[in-house]
Amino acid sequence: MDRSQGRAARPGAGATTEPGGASHRGLQLEEPLLFEQDSPGRSGVDFPAAPTAADRLGGLRRKSGVGLPGLSEPQVIRHFTRLSQKNYAIDAGLYPLGSCTMKHNPRLNEKLARLPGFAELHPLQPMSTVQGALALMDELARWLKTLTGMPAVALSPAAGAHGELCGLVAIRAALEDRGESRKRVLVPESAHGTNPATAAACGFSVESIPADARGRVDLGALRAMLGPDVAALMLTNPNTCGLFENEVVEIAKAVHDAGAFFYCDGANFNAIVGRVRPADFGIDAMHINLHKTFSTPHGGGGPGSGPVVLSAALAAFAPLPYVVHGPDGFRLVEMAEGTAKSFGRLKGFHGQMGMFVRALAYMMSHGRDGLHQAAGDAVLNANYLLARLKGHLTPAFEGPCMHEALFDDRFLKDTGVSTLDFAKAMIDYGYHPMTMYFPLVVHGALLMEPTESENRDSLDRFIAAMRELAARARAGDAAFFHEAPALAPRRRLDETRAARQPVLRWRPPTARRVAE
Amino acid sequence: MRYLAHTEADRRAMLKEIGAPSIESLFRDVPEAAQLRAPLDLPDRMTELEVDRAISALAAKNRSAATMACFLGAGAYRHHVPAAVDHLIQRGEFLTSYTPYQPEIAQGTLQSLFEFQTQVALLTEMEVANAGMYDGSTACVEAVMMANRLTRRQRVVVSGGLHPHYRETIETYGRFGGFTVVSADLDVEGRENLADLIDADTSCVVVQNPSFFGQLRDHQTLGAAARAAGALLVCVVTEAVSLGLVTPPGAMGADIVACEGQSLGNALGFGGPYVGLFATREKFLRQMPGRLVGETVDVENRRGWVLTLSTREQHIRREKATSNICTSSGLCALAFTIHLALLGEVGLARLAEINHALAVGLADRLAAVPGVEVLNNTFFNEFTVRLPLPAAPVVEALAERGILAGVPVSRLYPNRPDLAGLVVVAATETNTKAEMDHYAAALAEVL
Ligand SMILES: Cc1ncc(COP(=O)(O)O)c(C=O)c1O
Repeated sequence: MDRSQGRAARPGAGATTEPGGASHRGLQLEEPLLFEQDSPGRSGVDFPAAPTAADRLGGLRRKSGVGLPGLSEPQVIRHFTRLSQKNYAIDAGLYPLGSCTMKHNPRLNEKLARLPGFAELHPLQPMSTVQGALALMDELARWLKTLTGMPAVALSPAAGAHGELCGLVAIRAALEDRGESRKRVLVPESAHGTNPATAAACGFSVESIPADARGRVDLGALRAMLGPDVAALMLTNPNTCGLFENEVVEIAKAVHDAGAFFYCDGANFNAIVGRVRPADFGIDAMHINLHKTFSTPHGGGGPGSGPVVLSAALAAFAPLPYVVHGPDGFRLVEMAEGTAKSFGRLKGFHGQMGMFVRALAYMMSHGRDGLHQAAGDAVLNANYLLARLKGHLTPAFEGPCMHEALFDDRFLKDTGVSTLDFAKAMIDYGYHPMTMYFPLVVHGALLMEPTESENRDSLDRFIAAMRELAARARAGDAAFFHEAPALAPRRRLDETRAARQPVLRWRPPTARRVAE
Repeated sequence: MRYLAHTEADRRAMLKEIGAPSIESLFRDVPEAAQLRAPLDLPDRMTELEVDRAISALAAKNRSAATMACFLGAGAYRHHVPAAVDHLIQRGEFLTSYTPYQPEIAQGTLQSLFEFQTQVALLTEMEVANAGMYDGSTACVEAVMMANRLTRRQRVVVSGGLHPHYRETIETYGRFGGFTVVSADLDVEGRENLADLIDADTSCVVVQNPSFFGQLRDHQTLGAAARAAGALLVCVVTEAVSLGLVTPPGAMGADIVACEGQSLGNALGFGGPYVGLFATREKFLRQMPGRLVGETVDVENRRGWVLTLSTREQHIRREKATSNICTSSGLCALAFTIHLALLGEVGLARLAEINHALAVGLADRLAAVPGVEVLNNTFFNEFTVRLPLPAAPVVEALAERGILAGVPVSRLYPNRPDLAGLVVVAATETNTKAEMDHYAAALAEVL
């Protein structure tokens, strides 16, 4: 049922009281669920007749239908095309989500990942038939090790958080190997939520380190917390305030002197790639989000890839599988062998190969010089924002910043406008909001990461919009902010209702009525 | 560099605005000791054409399943993905958007994930599904940890028919996450009796259907035994297409379902990225890992979707979260949803029938080869055969003849010489009768 195309619609007047019954607004097309477009018997895929044979299902044939709707291919294309048009994307414009590194996604990388020589490889083909794939993994590993200065890398983690798990498990394995059962992991207050969540999943207790007035780890407080039962420090550097931990060398030394390991969250590697090797500031392990620094597309929430570089002390504990080079070419080691004390497997198969191809293409395209320039431009762009917005918004800390600029909500004081309102108003000005309310160490945080993809014109337009919004808030136009967004495919959504009476799947209307 | 936005003049002008003499000066917080002392040993930038050549050359060193007759399964299956799927997921609005944190401008992603959740719930016959996990193996270990939380128990019983990578993943998490894993002996023929391994400390029993060896089994009785002992039944499915034909986990009393979604919409891709499907009962909702999309309305009372129940998640709950997962497998979930939307009810049923019928045909052909024994009495599109010789060299020899003949069990269980003759073989709609005839004839020759 294609509800309302062809029905006259005027902004505002189009809204009906029936959820789901909203009208089109010009070419902003409403789109019902797939399940509301069912024509039983229709299919968008043709098949030959099934060969007839007695089944071998042993009586386990599915008895009830699945309940999937039937649509033709043109209907499906139209459905998802319309849905896509309700999304904002980096392809469409600046996407200043701090900590997320929404940079340009080169299409060459998409093309290469789809070469049948990669896309059509089964993970368990004979190794003699996948030498090119193993060579690519080996080459990616070489780049990652060289860029970080670390001796080993585990490629299999599926995303950043999975990489954190890999690193902390390696640390636990190393501690056990030396007969220690240290139980505490120290995590700065400003850390991303995955850090404490990961530490807890690995059986550690989590303790929060306070930040100092400069938005960095309070070295004195850290020293006081370190002790013989501390397993690791998890520190993001550059940190989530967009600042380089300028005492990181002392931090690493203090951690190592206490017999603990230094896990670095490398989500912000984009600021320093090609310029600073994390090995040189003393890390033991660090995940790298290929879907941030190395531009594999974020896809509306993944897939990602989170390789973890490891120090010599941790390398022996790296997960399975890993690639080695032997007399017959490359080989995947899938079972513990030799002196390696691998902690085992973190997931099925060998890692996010499709992301490896894209990331390597990105690295090769930039080269050593291009990565150095990219990090420099990312930092330049963030500092440009900071410099040109500082009289209008309130920077949380003194600059220079690294690849992202952090503001707090002091500039909104007494305006009746919150960070959330400000973010929603950005939408009406044609921008995706920045990261908000993260990190937790500053009040009403606004974290802006322009990335190196933005040119000066683009930044200037963004700056002008931010200044105008800030002025508008100060001029007392709170109503405008509270109403925002007015021009998006949806206005503010009722999140409380979504959580109080969760509706997490479609049900046929009759079933709905029965359930009510 | 073609992806970078500035000219040197831009950079100079911007530095002037900032009041900094150089880009290097912006890095002044980097301590001396951490500064690069020697240039990195890496090549300089390359043109698009050069990169294309270099990486294509690596691709050309692989023999892809597309150029051979592929009978490989064991957790990853080669299916025909309609061209529309890849076209749609490459739309920049899907490909290059972030996790939908701003729902007003991410309704496309949110609605398609709501459709995904519905499809997964329907396929598995479960009440609720989340918006996806990394893959089947990590969905499986998350299911185990969820069962541990729900039962406040720390002992997990794992079937000998579970994919060995899944079992090893559970073992890793168990060793460091503090729970005990009791693994049953390998169960090639689907005869194990797991009920005997359940005790009062058991949080869950993990089974796979069809099993790693392809065997189908009704786990209803096992589920009842688990529940009688206060434990949960976790059902794993590695071949999502089987759900179009085989009794789904929900109809067997599963409490939590973890499924690999690769078969629908996603390429083999040498093992990833894939997407994990995760479903459970409504009453367990608050212990579920991962993102959930829920229906709501906007201020004009128009229907819309948001991420919801996020008080389970790491960004709110930090060390008390139900999982550490953040970035998941959104685009793979979208591909899954589009493929299943194209198939629809009749298409999925037909696809599953064809897979099964071709596998039956292949099993019969291989069973007719002297010395070869098919070990399954039941299966969907995958079964295990015993060869009279060690399987790995036979598989290598067949690869020379353009046939990817199956996964030798010795690749996954190198320490089990008794299983050295076993091969796990799959057939899908991509296999032709000619390929199957060729396989049987070539196998007869190399044995
Ligand atoms: C600082 C930081 N750490 C960790 C993560 C987790 O990475 P992922 O989402 O890839 O799991 C993120 C990103 O979301 C992050 O910004």
